[in-house]
Amino acid sequence: MKTVDLIIVGGGPAGLAAAISAYKCGIRDMIIFERDVRLGGILNQCIHNGFGLHRFGEELTGPEYANRFVEEVVRLGIDYRLNTIVDSISPDKTVRVMSSENGIEEYKAKAIILAMGCRERPRGALNIAGTRPAGIYTAGTAQKFVNLMGYMPGRNVVILGSGDIGLIMARRMTLEGASVKAVCELMSYSGGLTRNIVQCLDDFGIPLKLSTTVVEVHGKDRLTGVTVAPVDPKTLQPFMDKAEYIECDTLLLSCGLIPENELTREAGIEIDPITSGAVVNEKRETSVPGIFSCGNVLHVHDLVDFVSEEAELAGASAAEHILGEGNNSKRLDIKRGFGVRYTVPQSISNDSDSDVYFRVSDIMTGKKIVVRHNDNVILEKKTQRLVPGEMVKIKLKKDILSTLDNSITVGIEEVK
Amino acid sequence: MKKYDVAVIGAGVVGGMIARELSRYKLNTVIIEKEADVAMGATRANSAIVHAGFDAKEGSLKAKLNVQGSEMMAEVAHELGVKYLNNGAFVVAFTEEENEAVKDLLVRGQKNGVKGLEIIDGDELRRREPAISKDAISALWAPTSAIICPYELAISAIGNAMDNGVELLTDTPVTSLEKKGDAWIINGEIEAGTVINAAGVYSGEIAALAGDKSIEITPRRGEYLLCDRESGDFVNATIFRTPSSMGKGILISPTVDHNLILGPTAENIDDKDDRRTTREGLAKVAKEATYETVNLPIRKVITSFTGLRAVGNTGDFIINEPISGFINAAGIESPGLSSAPAIAKYIVEIIKKTRTLEKNENFNPIRPASHAFREMSMEEKNEVIKRDPRYGQIVCRCEKITEGEIVAAINQNPKAKTVDAVKRRTRATMGRCQGGFCMPIIASIISRELEIDIEEVTKSGKGSEIVVSKTK
Amino acid sequence: MVKNVTCTVCPMGCAIEVTVDGENISVKGNTCKRGEIYAKAEVTCPTRVLTTTMKCESGGIVSVKSRCAIPKDKMFECMKIINSFKAKSGVKIGDTLIENILGTGVDIVAASKEV
Repeated sequence: MKTVDLIIVGGGPAGLAAAISAYKCGIRDMIIFERDVRLGGILNQCIHNGFGLHRFGEELTGPEYANRFVEEVVRLGIDYRLNTIVDSISPDKTVRVMSSENGIEEYKAKAIILAMGCRERPRGALNIAGTRPAGIYTAGTAQKFVNLMGYMPGRNVVILGSGDIGLIMARRMTLEGASVKAVCELMSYSGGLTRNIVQCLDDFGIPLKLSTTVVEVHGKDRLTGVTVAPVDPKTLQPFMDKAEYIECDTLLLSCGLIPENELTREAGIEIDPITSGAVVNEKRETSVPGIFSCGNVLHVHDLVDFVSEEAELAGASAAEHILGEGNNSKRLDIKRGFGVRYTVPQSISNDSDSDVYFRVSDIMTGKKIVVRHNDNVILEKKTQRLVPGEMVKIKLKKDILSTLDNSITVGIEEVK
Repeated sequence: MKKYDVAVIGAGVVGGMIARELSRYKLNTVIIEKEADVAMGATRANSAIVHAGFDAKEGSLKAKLNVQGSEMMAEVAHELGVKYLNNGAFVVAFTEEENEAVKDLLVRGQKNGVKGLEIIDGDELRRREPAISKDAISALWAPTSAIICPYELAISAIGNAMDNGVELLTDTPVTSLEKKGDAWIINGEIEAGTVINAAGVYSGEIAALAGDKSIEITPRRGEYLLCDRESGDFVNATIFRTPSSMGKGILISPTVDHNLILGPTAENIDDKDDRRTTREGLAKVAKEATYETVNLPIRKVITSFTGLRAVGNTGDFIINEPISGFINAAGIESPGLSSAPAIAKYIVEIIKKTRTLEKNENFNPIRPASHAFREMSMEEKNEVIKRDPRYGQIVCRCEKITEGEIVAAINQNPKAKTVDAVKRRTRATMGRCQGGFCMPIIASIISRELEIDIEEVTKSGKGSEIVVSKTK
Repeated sequence: MVKNVTCTVCPMGCAIEVTVDGENISVKGNTCKRGEIYAKAEVTCPTRVLTTTMKCESGGIVSVKSRCAIPKDKMFECMKIINSFKAKSGVKIGDTLIENILGTGVDIVAASKEV
């Protein structure tokens, strides 16, 4: 068995940023394992622009954003293996990988960073009734066909779900000559970014049907149409008497992303049932010491800029672990108060500054974010508008945390 | 005109097992299938249970062939490299009426020759199956019941038959059957001494083409839910609801691939191609399964599907030779899968009544398992990867299927030519992401191996093309 | 003329009402200056960065973008021109592939390697 200081599972935006960060913190003996034919992960098929505004102050396309990190990894001489899948991870940090070139190999690492990304929710999980023809794909599968392989999955398109990839593909398919008939969204609000609704739908006159879902798909061999129906916004049950038939040869699904944590579970790491990612502390360290998690495998981010930021934190923390610089501060669990669906991290140390990210469970206007310890308010912040599609960040300073113990609660409250 | 001794119409599990049985003899046999792949009818989607045999009416052909077939299945599966698990079954009673019915089933099963049947009470049931609801009163335990993957059995049986010399014609619907002297002329271009009708829901139509108008098949739709492999140990045995005046009820069972299957509904329909799932049907399955159990992992559903059972008009299997040289294997509804090995032997006995069959000394009953690679040790896998590096390249991440396995599925008998055909042979795309990542790669591999453009690659046959054109 | 614009400058997504009266353009509903600039541009000359793919001579494809924003109403015409071009093999990020597309003064440049 080979030994190595640090193994990074995944060479997408999270893995690359984590590797560079660990390098800068003094780690040299590390390998990135990437299952695909090239580094960069899903960014390679995200050819639209809008990446990097926070980080680089300019709007890059996905491949351009990825390339900045890939060039840095190459420049620093960080070791990476392509076409190599991580088959299993054990709690003692033994990693088994497989590739055509080297067969199956085992490595023992001092630290591991999980950066496997996420996958899309498939049709089966949505349980849409009807036939099972060709022409039903997740938006990301369609994106791969169009942007990386150069094929059109169809000509007349209905999109279910208004996640960002679905919105992006509505524009992309339209530009390549397809007709996008509608984007249907089960919820009463879109999960996508406002700018994508404006630039991908409004610009092309594509209707966004909120509180509407696909109730049946039709067609024996290839999709011929879908039945859509409005739903009760509260119960989400469709009104079948108001159902409508839309002719189409393609149904794209953009109904949410799920962190890919099979390896994480196998390693015995605790999973947060809400994020479907690992439970982590402010260092992005999981319940297994020395195993860190970052990017979309930890929780689904809105912007890749935040993925890079989080990955750099994980990279630095892994370096600290390898170099034995850990501290023994008091832990504060973060509890979810009213209106908060999840937080990352799920716990923090009481002797360092920490950023806490969270998502709200519904659209909220004119409310305030309140952090409490027992019943005492330790931080409050007025907000104009909070939406589930956009992650919120609060900064907690060491000086207000240092005297606290047990747990703090993040919640949304009325402004009095 | 191509000449054969025997033509089997229909490449399902029944046709496949018959063809394999025929390949034990010196016969020139062809299987004729209307779809692009084998196992596309009732075989593709059913409960995947090898029934013990207590269900069928005593004295019926169903009862006899079920018990025989069930006893043969372990060996057949072993020879063909098909996963088979003898997990047993409980028939659970939730009402007083059902409690009485369970006792009748015990008596009937014993008359049918089913071994090991016993009745246990609710507490004992919950001790063995903690997921069963406290409302369960009693259950019949059938230790010989088993699970198997029906399309894997059909694919392997046909592959083994082909390895032993049988030919397969896909995309060939039978549209005419004429008797000419001692032989049958199929579609005006294929001559066969004997024709065997194993056409599933279409066996009435095929029999009518030959001149036997007595068979009527009603497709019975059954809808199923399938849960993620994390849920495969929710129950150990197959759980049936006791049939009562309320209907037959749905079953809950692990599959050989460690998924959990729930279903089916039972609805007689007219359209023999109608494989829709319905909102109502899926809701009914979920509701009944939830009633029978505690903490059903209904959120772990990864897919749903519909199967069509070929229900005959006699209440029993229709296996006969109504016209000389034309043999029916029709109306093979449940327990058709369980009976298939016995049906194949029974058909050969019918042929032997009028014809002398000579043993094929070269017959090899063994077909290597398609899932062999997955079950190898690390050292064995490394040996394989050294020989063929494509076995080191994972294509389907969720099920961990390699390019080597996919290429083998495309090149082995019966050759996979569609994405769904690759899926049924390898499990690629069957996992949690349902092909989101790997389907485009599989389409590329099919395109490369069959030397066709990706635009010609289909999901399940002509008309189901995956993409419509190049972008530019 | 009154036009409703959803601001995309930041995640707030303000609903801005723009009134055009000859030379005079006034905005209502924005919460910052950047929103005002955005809304005025949206009613006078809305522009967008165009991203798509281009065929390569060797048979692959490369992702491309307009170096900066082009008028929104010229997007489909630009698509036609881009689709009639083939990039040379060995193309690198930033290479100019089409100069001054449709007289907009904007170049189409490579945004990835060939895939």
